[in-house]
Amino acid sequence: MKILTANFVQCTVKACGSSPDCFPLHFDQQTPDLPLELAHEDVDFSPEFICNVLPRIEWPALLTTARELGNTQLPPAKPEIENPSAPENEQLLRDLHTLLLETQIIQGSMRCANCGHIYFIRDSIPNFLLPGHLVQ
Amino acid sequence: MKEYLILLAQKHESFRKAELEALAELEHVAVDLSQHDENVPLLYVTLDSEEAARKLIRRSILARSIFEVWGRGNSLDSLHEDVKQRTSHLWPEYKHVSFKFDIISYQGSRTKEEQREIVESFSYVDFEGPIRMKDPDEIFTIVEQYKTPLLPVSGCREVKDICFGRFIARSQRDIIDKYDLKKRKYIGTTSFDAELALISSNIGLAAPGKIVYDPFAGTGSFLVAASHFGAMALGSDIDGRQIRGTARSNITTNYYQYHMESQFLDTFVCDFTHNPIRPSFRVDAIICDPPYGVREGLKVLGSKNPERYADKLPTKLETGDLSHLRPDYIPPKKPYHFDALLDDLLFFAAAHLVDNGRLCCWMPTANEDYGDRQIPTHPDLTLMSNCVQEFNKWSRRLLTYSRLPRDGSTTTLPPTARSTRIYTEQFRDKYFRGFAKTKDNE
Repeated sequence: MKILTANFVQCTVKACGSSPDCFPLHFDQQTPDLPLELAHEDVDFSPEFICNVLPRIEWPALLTTARELGNTQLPPAKPEIENPSAPENEQLLRDLHTLLLETQIIQGSMRCANCGHIYFIRDSIPNFLLPGHLVQ
Repeated sequence: MKEYLILLAQKHESFRKAELEALAELEHVAVDLSQHDENVPLLYVTLDSEEAARKLIRRSILARSIFEVWGRGNSLDSLHEDVKQRTSHLWPEYKHVSFKFDIISYQGSRTKEEQREIVESFSYVDFEGPIRMKDPDEIFTIVEQYKTPLLPVSGCREVKDICFGRFIARSQRDIIDKYDLKKRKYIGTTSFDAELALISSNIGLAAPGKIVYDPFAGTGSFLVAASHFGAMALGSDIDGRQIRGTARSNITTNYYQYHMESQFLDTFVCDFTHNPIRPSFRVDAIICDPPYGVREGLKVLGSKNPERYADKLPTKLETGDLSHLRPDYIPPKKPYHFDALLDDLLFFAAAHLVDNGRLCCWMPTANEDYGDRQIPTHPDLTLMSNCVQEFNKWSRRLLTYSRLPRDGSTTTLPPTARSTRIYTEQFRDKYFRGFAKTKDNE
């Protein structure tokens, strides 16, 4: 799972939907059975895509996710990029590209801060299915 | 403004106009397609420039090629007259280029002899360049269409329309073969026909810089098609086995097979009625073939006997472990209605599509009782097209909706509101009954 995806998924328990704590899901507590594993995978750089997706990113949530995964280099406020092809923007776009698209969470777990439910990621694929007792 | 001729595939006729309309919107080409006739493989259009003609067709699957019209007529004589009148000022420009002539006939054919005579009858254009059958600079093409005879009388067919044109560009029709399911490494029982998946992606306006989401991704047929056109693809499915595949054969390996792994965003396992995508997140298009219960069971999270979970406590195993934390835990599922799923899908699309973003979804209908009331509706979504692929007793339709721009006010219905379709029998029940009439209907 890419960090970009982690920025648009929340707890699927219906009762959590109204809570501000259901997003983002947290990586701060990992289970010993499934240790957190990150990997770098090359993705072709597309400044156009990063610019299109930037307005859709919840920046404070991204800061939280990045910090929990060990990256504290992000600017505290969401950068605004008017022109994706301007040379002065290239480094920033490349950094965002590396973080959002090239960082893979191969395995690990994500926790809802509201209900405490844990979602597992295996082989880069998160599983959001809920056990019987959490489905309404 | 110039006249152009588009040659269309004689397949999936009801999708052709919708595809060209979508491509015109995507490429910002102004064109009037109202002359399109599903029974005719030729479409004459007026376009601003040769560049517009190239743009209109460059992604098309159902167009074959486009020509600059040099003349038209209903006989060879009237054609020559029109060519002389319209294009004599153009002839010197092509005097020295290499060229060849082609003849394309619909509902009729010409002998080699006749073909040579026709080509030679154009000698007045006075091209002096070399004739090259392979890679010429220009291809001049005669496209003729015959009248359909009322009686099959051989040898006395009348020409309905004959056109002389300069070849401008080919479409992407030849990529269907590249994505042919027979050559794809990872497929399943629900993998979707490559040609129709590519057409769906065109109608859904998949393009570079966009996110396309398929909530019923299965083996990723629509993801691959959307990515072919440059979109970043995101997929989910309730069936984790399809999403994961095997270590050597899965959706990701398909992306490697087509050398477009950079267009793959993610897949995740989820139930559509418990979707993890946060309410504020927007995607550019949703393209999908929802499960209707024939090849795959239509299920969502939940239990057939909810009393079992009434205490809302996790199930404990004899060992004391909680069952749902085990890696091999399979959550309980219950059957769901296709109509309800379609309503959920439209509601989800209205909430998650960007303004003017598109929802393309396939829906099966039984031919015996199809009517407009079966088309699901949502106040925030406009139906753009309803294309049909017919089988013997049933059809599947590609319904395309566009998200109306949000003008600050949100009119999105609360989840409890439903469209007013009349639910009759489930499609799957009719399918397995062979669409025979039930006693009640007689």
